[in-house]
Amino acid sequence: MAMSFEWPWQYRFPPFFTLQPNVDTRQKQLAAWCSLVLSFCRLHKQSSMTVMEAQESPLFNNVKLQRKLPVESIQIVLEELRKKGNLEWLDKNKSSFLIMWRRPEEWGKLIYQWGSRLSERSFCGYLKSCGLVVRRVSRSGQNNSVFTLYELTSGEDTEGEEFHGLDEATLLRALQALQQEHKAEIITLGDGRGVKFF
Amino acid sequence: TRKKIWTTGSDNIKFDAGTLLLSTHRLIWRDQKNHECCMAIPLAQIVFIEEQAAGIGKSAKIVVHLHPAPPNKEPGPFQNSKNSYIKLSFKEHGQIEFYRRLSEEMTQRRWENIPVSQSLQTNRGSQPGRVRAVGIVGIERKLEEKRKETDKNISEAKEMVELSKSIANKIKEKQGDITEDETIRFKSYLLSMGIANPVTRETYGSGTQYHMQLAKQLAGILQAPLEERGGIMSLTEVYCLVNRARGMELLSPEDLVNACKMLRVFDSGVMVIELQSHKEEEMVASALETVSEKGSLTSEEFAKLVGMSVLLAKERLLLAEKMGHLCRDDSVEGLRFYPNLFMTQS
Repeated sequence: MAMSFEWPWQYRFPPFFTLQPNVDTRQKQLAAWCSLVLSFCRLHKQSSMTVMEAQESPLFNNVKLQRKLPVESIQIVLEELRKKGNLEWLDKNKSSFLIMWRRPEEWGKLIYQWGSRLSERSFCGYLKSCGLVVRRVSRSGQNNSVFTLYELTSGEDTEGEEFHGLDEATLLRALQALQQEHKAEIITLGDGRGVKFF
Repeated sequence: TRKKIWTTGSDNIKFDAGTLLLSTHRLIWRDQKNHECCMAIPLAQIVFIEEQAAGIGKSAKIVVHLHPAPPNKEPGPFQNSKNSYIKLSFKEHGQIEFYRRLSEEMTQRRWENIPVSQSLQTNRGSQPGRVRAVGIVGIERKLEEKRKETDKNISEAKEMVELSKSIANKIKEKQGDITEDETIRFKSYLLSMGIANPVTRETYGSGTQYHMQLAKQLAGILQAPLEERGGIMSLTEVYCLVNRARGMELLSPEDLVNACKMLRVFDSGVMVIELQSHKEEEMVASALETVSEKGSLTSEEFAKLVGMSVLLAKERLLLAEKMGHLCRDDSVEGLRFYPNLFMTQS
């Protein structure tokens, strides 16, 4: 898994593992860390982690260089990610977190765009055969097309889409973002949940 | 010493035509003609003194009021007297000055601390000839002795400085007559003594004028040593160097600090003097170059390379870091500085 991952030059630069006192330098350093965390988690398909795991992970611990980012500094990096919208704490103690290499709003946009493209290609027939109720929508909108969460992440029609294989936690947050914008509604469908696009 | 008469109250028992002597311990009267005739009163016996101005037909006097005589008092001119005072009459002049000196001795009370060489009973009851070396009094006495010695040295030194100055001037005037060898020798003698014309408070007084002159002088003294030390020295180093150079007119720490007011203060509080030619950018740029050449450096390594004290080497590296040219690697291996690739590399 780690073999295909290309570490950035900073990963081999010892000062990368020391929180820089110079403010401008630190800004660059933290930006590099955020970017590394997100690309690492994306490639390894890691959507959540505990702080303990993070400390021992090669992500923050470069064994060859004999340098590891101290836990206080790890916390600072995670806080940066949270501020940017890429991280959400899963518990009050801040011991585990959800990591989203794309922010929920960005996912929501992609899913919504896919949804409208899909309806343009008129796959309603296919979906009907899946046992879902689908209505054709015009270019301007989706007109209440409904999908299960499973379809969005694991359906054939989403293969090739970036959000294919997306973890449920992140997907839900993406749909919640759309819900905020009144573009969709999360509904119950049979045993599970789905989404209705407007 | 002044001429006076020693009288005892209204009985008008007079001793006249004598010389009055004042020491740290006693008031002594000696007959002018017969030097064998001599008497003394310990200053410790004196309660207080008062002046009596001169008038028409009256000479100026000092009235000396005395404690009752101690039982072991040595025999004096009289068995007893109904008066508890004596009068010193100044027929000619000297009353004012003598009164001043006597008052001073009464205030200083030096007889209490300074050892007495002759056997003399004092009111304090200390053994004659025994030196009290215990406690505060002993320490005070030692300090007093030291002070006297220093005063002596200072006055001697001043003479030396004056002498060197006059010789230097003579050399200047007689440039042709004095051999080069002699000139060189004298110049080195002056150099080893320090500055020929030290800036003293007397010449320039206190305040900014003095400190400005001082600062100029410092710049002169420090030029060469600074260059030796890579352009940077701590204030304590300067203090030692400057006072060694000045030799006589020593500089107080306050004066040095005031003269250095225009200097930079590093964040850590270490105050340094910088050569005017050394600008911040230059220092930092050269530090960056050195670090880049070696890949990374600790303060110790940098200090060794550049020929600077470790403390000041660290200050320079920290400054370079502050300015964004260097970044740090802080691990169990120690603190290392690297070129700041975060800024230079994309």
